[in-house]
Amino acid sequence: MKAVIVGCGRVGAKLADALDRAGWQVVIVDRLTAAFDRLPSTFGGTALRGDGTDEDTLRRAGAEGADLFLALTEGDNRNIMAAQMAQEALGAARTVAKINDPLRAEAYAHLGIATLCRTNLMETAVLAFLGQATGNQPGIYAPVHGHAHPLGLDAAVPSSAPEA
Amino acid sequence: MFVLVVGGGKVGYYLTKELIDAGHECVLMEKDRGRAEAIRDEIGSVVIAQDGCEGKYLHEAGANRADVVAAVTGDDEDNLVICQMAKHHFSVPRTIARVNNPKNEQLFRHLGVDEIISPTRMILGSIEQDIPVHELLHLAALGEGELEIIEAHLQPGSPAVGKVAADLHVPSGCSLFGVIRNGAPAPLRADTVLADGDKVIAIGRPDCELELRLQLIGDSVEA
Repeated sequence: MKAVIVGCGRVGAKLADALDRAGWQVVIVDRLTAAFDRLPSTFGGTALRGDGTDEDTLRRAGAEGADLFLALTEGDNRNIMAAQMAQEALGAARTVAKINDPLRAEAYAHLGIATLCRTNLMETAVLAFLGQATGNQPGIYAPVHGHAHPLGLDAAVPSSAPEA
Repeated sequence: MFVLVVGGGKVGYYLTKELIDAGHECVLMEKDRGRAEAIRDEIGSVVIAQDGCEGKYLHEAGANRADVVAAVTGDDEDNLVICQMAKHHFSVPRTIARVNNPKNEQLFRHLGVDEIISPTRMILGSIEQDIPVHELLHLAALGEGELEIIEAHLQPGSPAVGKVAADLHVPSGCSLFGVIRNGAPAPLRADTVLADGDKVIAIGRPDCELELRLQLIGDSVEA
């Protein structure tokens, strides 16, 4: 099983290590080489420096046909764009984007990508720790339409024009 | 018309000014407070110092009644999200995104952005028209960008020179519809004999370009 992770922060590095240990073939992408210092020395996957919203970089990372694509940078919009690129243009099978803004996290689940909302996760965790009632805000929003063309668009190719 | 402009850089600033001068209703969103203040001092209270990627602030700016949302920040990912939120969440009829990386154009179209403006592509096109190094020029993109108008400048040695148009193997999804000879336009008929110096105008899908190049320019030319 092949996983591509964009963003080698704490979460990205930890997940990369966990998936690597679980036998996945892992490629992790970050704009800064220094970010890869977060990976343990035992990490057996590939670290690739590059912009995770650049299609060429994602191709090089093997996002085409990847079983799992995780967009975990610090930028909500960068994650949204990387995830949509991987899913819609490169055909990654399963995509999760970290989106800290709950409103955008919910909106993009409706546009067909799974979204992970740390704000909701932490709120729920803290309230639970304090013994307070937690709201119904999910930490991960499952995609509503599954793997689909968002906005009901179809990648229709216009019919051939008559030849001259 | 009510236009919501997001991004108060040079493009957004001048765009807002021009729109107001032209009599349109306009709101500009710029998340950098200092920058927003500076523009507000000059063009008045139409500036909102908030992030246009956030649904909450888009709503406050009146996105639900906007006729057009123009996302012109310097970051492609922000412009994509602004347009998608506007379209999906606020049902804005027309969204326009500035795209810096020309490779993102197709993805943005596919993801529902109505119009894409790529300064990089435009400058590139302009350079290619001035210095026709490619011999195959992109004149315009049509509709959703699925089709483009291409001009092929026939050089001596082109495989098409001396042939009648009917004998060319035009790829499917592409149609030749005109020729410019000595500056004069004419329709391309099946019996038109192509000559050195002709500019053949074609309309077709971008993926036909390679085959069209082979037919009209030949394979000796660098892509």
